[in-house]
Amino acid sequence: MSCSRRKLLKSALSASVAASLPISAFRFLSPAECKAATGTEGTRWGFLVDTNKCVGCGFCVKACKKENEVPYEAPVTRTWVERYVVTKNNKLHIDSPLGGRDGFTDQKIRGEEIDPAEIAKTFFVPKLCNQCENPACVQVCPVGATYQTGDGVVLVDRDWCIGCGYCIMACPYGARFFHPVHKVAEKCTFCYHRISNGQQTACVEACPFEARRIGNLLDQNDPVTKIIMTERVAVLKDEYGTKPQVFYLGLDRNVR
Amino acid sequence: MKNHVLRPLWCALAAIALILIVRHFMVPDDFGVNGESFTYGFHRLSNVDEWQDFKAKYKGREYCQECHEENVAEASTSKHQLIQCENCHGPAIDHPDAPETLVIDTSRELCLRCHASLSYPDSPRAKIKAIDPDRHNTDTSCIECHNPHNPNLEEG
Repeated sequence: MSCSRRKLLKSALSASVAASLPISAFRFLSPAECKAATGTEGTRWGFLVDTNKCVGCGFCVKACKKENEVPYEAPVTRTWVERYVVTKNNKLHIDSPLGGRDGFTDQKIRGEEIDPAEIAKTFFVPKLCNQCENPACVQVCPVGATYQTGDGVVLVDRDWCIGCGYCIMACPYGARFFHPVHKVAEKCTFCYHRISNGQQTACVEACPFEARRIGNLLDQNDPVTKIIMTERVAVLKDEYGTKPQVFYLGLDRNVR
Repeated sequence: MKNHVLRPLWCALAAIALILIVRHFMVPDDFGVNGESFTYGFHRLSNVDEWQDFKAKYKGREYCQECHEENVAEASTSKHQLIQCENCHGPAIDHPDAPETLVIDTSRELCLRCHASLSYPDSPRAKIKAIDPDRHNTDTSCIECHNPHNPNLEEG
């Protein structure tokens, strides 16, 4: 085997260039990582609930029911507000009459009078579908009637749903229910018809205190995304691994 | 091969063919895996458009302002500026065409959503002026004295 001087120098040079490349240059990226690295294109809807601001007026529940044609008198709702009262003996009182549709106007909780002097802390927690990144409700659907859109909202196909109720049982947050009129599974859609057309959701618009906000998590300049990225936010039932996209400010440990 | 072996085979093949034919007509063309994930993207694609085309009922303050400029201006400078028109007036939908007139909720219950006294000192509710609904002019409507667009009694 012969080797000319030119060939030797060529090989030596390419070998040294190859050796100088860091190993990390060859790391394989997941599609999600690629997407995140290539900028802010696309939409991923996220929701922010500030429990420090909610006064329990229930305008969000009222607006949601009217906007989305959820039967007003039926005890079902896509979004609801829970009242938590913790007394000094560390006892927890929770209620949500009609999902908080008519607000909280009575000091009594489930008919029980609570002495104001005994109250340690009180707060209202608005809840809605968490539009999970790993939605358990979608995994269990036997017919492909519920699914996740490209921008991360979980929807139900009313023509395709057979009403078996698996998804209602699978949701760890109790966000799904059976629609009394359409006889199919029903859930919060983040007002998909509104957010897709540049409007706010009905509940966000109705809230007088900015306790509810919606934003695009892929847009770094979105005020909601900024808060989620820079402040201490929590999600509900993190241990279920569903990766909720509804984030809470001021969440108490008693809220589940 | 014997006839009794072939007969069930033909029946099975016919059943499969029938299922495929029925499936062809029953399952829409756009049904399948849409997007990246098989687990979460298995659905009928046109349903996304159906949800996007759902009719919005709440139009927002800007829509009201187009005709009711004075009322919006009055409410926008008062303490009730936070509250959307449609929270009390009801969803506009296609007003003034349909419905021609909106039914305004002037009930005590509406005001009490925020203004019923709850002794929750650490809640933001405590910052709102409140009354005891069982004692404060029980048989009178709130709007008899308070103008909802400008609730301050001294100014209104």
